[in-house]
Amino acid sequence: MDVLFAPFQYEFFRNGTIAAVLVGGLCGLIGVYIVLRGMSFIGHGLSHAVFGGAVVAFILQFNFYVGAVSWGFIAALLINQTVRKTTISADAAIGVVTTASFALGVALISRYRRFSQSFDAALFGNVLGVTPTDIIVIIFVTLAAAFMIFFFYKQLLFTTFNTEVAQVYGIPTVWIETWFALILAAVIIAAVQIMGVTMIGAALVVPPITIRLLTDSFHRLMIYSTILGAVTGLIGMYLSFYMDVSSGASIVLLQAMLFCIALFYVAKIRNRGRLVETPVYGPT
Amino acid sequence: MDPLIELRGVAFGYGSFNVLDEIDLHLHPGQFVGLVGPSGAGKTSLLKLILTLLTPGEGEIQRVRPDLRITYVPQIETVDWSFPVTAEEVVLMGLDHRQNIWPWPRARERKRAREILERLEIGHLSERHIRDLSGGQQQRVFLARALVADPEVLVLDEPTTGVDVRSAENIFHWLTVLNREGMTILLTTHDLNMAAAHVPWVVCLNRRIVAQGPPQEIFTEEILSDAYKGNFIVLRQDDMIFVQQRPHPHGLKEVLPDPVEGGLPNHDNLEKAV
Repeated sequence: MDVLFAPFQYEFFRNGTIAAVLVGGLCGLIGVYIVLRGMSFIGHGLSHAVFGGAVVAFILQFNFYVGAVSWGFIAALLINQTVRKTTISADAAIGVVTTASFALGVALISRYRRFSQSFDAALFGNVLGVTPTDIIVIIFVTLAAAFMIFFFYKQLLFTTFNTEVAQVYGIPTVWIETWFALILAAVIIAAVQIMGVTMIGAALVVPPITIRLLTDSFHRLMIYSTILGAVTGLIGMYLSFYMDVSSGASIVLLQAMLFCIALFYVAKIRNRGRLVETPVYGPT
Repeated sequence: MDPLIELRGVAFGYGSFNVLDEIDLHLHPGQFVGLVGPSGAGKTSLLKLILTLLTPGEGEIQRVRPDLRITYVPQIETVDWSFPVTAEEVVLMGLDHRQNIWPWPRARERKRAREILERLEIGHLSERHIRDLSGGQQQRVFLARALVADPEVLVLDEPTTGVDVRSAENIFHWLTVLNREGMTILLTTHDLNMAAAHVPWVVCLNRRIVAQGPPQEIFTEEILSDAYKGNFIVLRQDDMIFVQQRPHPHGLKEVLPDPVEGGLPNHDNLEKAV
């Protein structure tokens, strides 16, 4: 039992674990919509875009959260509008908008060269850096995301299933997508400290695709993907503590391992003798 | 009686290319209208203009009331069949979401969805994933989603594409029943024979409205040849009309040499012909 409870004597582990469980669950929940819309790359891209925003906020001595969320929100809206109003596909729009934003961050860092240490933590995740303020922000974002998904569940479901048709049926799809972009930007900011910019994309995508292999039900997908994200957040923190590796990397590696087990189960055991029908998600 | 939807001088294009020009069209209450025309004639664009998914470049589109209830059955190939939803969940999407703010459906909403699925004879499939249904059953699920909203106007984009002849006949049968009950229906179709048999008013479109009227007047060799830029044979038997495109004017005979008896033309002859 000491193995389980000993790490909790450290404040950084307590804070980090609360953050990892909430962020893992949040990414698992939001990730369902991202994966089903064929925009799996958006989490990876937006986390990079937010990095650019964070650097700009730092240089202008602006509040980090306000700067980074605004930047991420604008990037998400730009991607949505580019896809809606042009023939450019989602993956190309994500590639252009977010990479340009990341490049801006890199350019500013190389120009000012005085804060590379803290931005290493932003890139790869740093459990030691989770403060009580970060936890309050994560709790606030979790509540906001849960509220939106609970009360706009049907609208989000229809918009994700077929945006154009949902509009005909009176769903305010532009508003729904705008709110979702705002929540997504906030989730990514909340997750940066624990997962790191480079790992958020996987945390958003791996739990939903793992559960998608095992169920054809939308509400079960949402529930189990959230649980998987939270549980891997918790176990990942222990692995990070005992194996002395980055928290983001340990969580993502654990999720990837579970995905491989689910894939093996579906391919070799559940569907033995049958054609394996795995869903294919690509850019829309 | 005022038309439910009226298009006056509507033009629409993508970039500099106009796919629709000078469209004047009235959709009256209780009408059952079929839009026919070749691929690229602007049928789907016209539907999307009526559904306000697109904005006309010129002209105007008026609805009799801003809150006119219109529902839409899209082309089957626009649907993501791997999306994790059951037939019943798809039907429930069609309900007015403002009536119930909770994420789960009320008992009476589920009852209504089940009743419509039963009516379309797919009630036993309500728990099935949409991927596991046949083409005809999938079409009926999307028709059920449109009907659960209790529409005044039902718009369908090629409802029989990708389904077998019997399923197509069933779909047109249901649409005829709904129309007789008073529902206004507008659809696009490539199936001229189904349109001739079931649709009482046909609009023949090729960027402009080539002709419109009852199928007996519209399905003539002249009008169809003009709209499709092809060569059509129209056969009439009692009240029935059969439309068939004539074989290619050059035929295969002039392109390929005579086949070897009982088989394909030999390779040398084929190469010479090419």
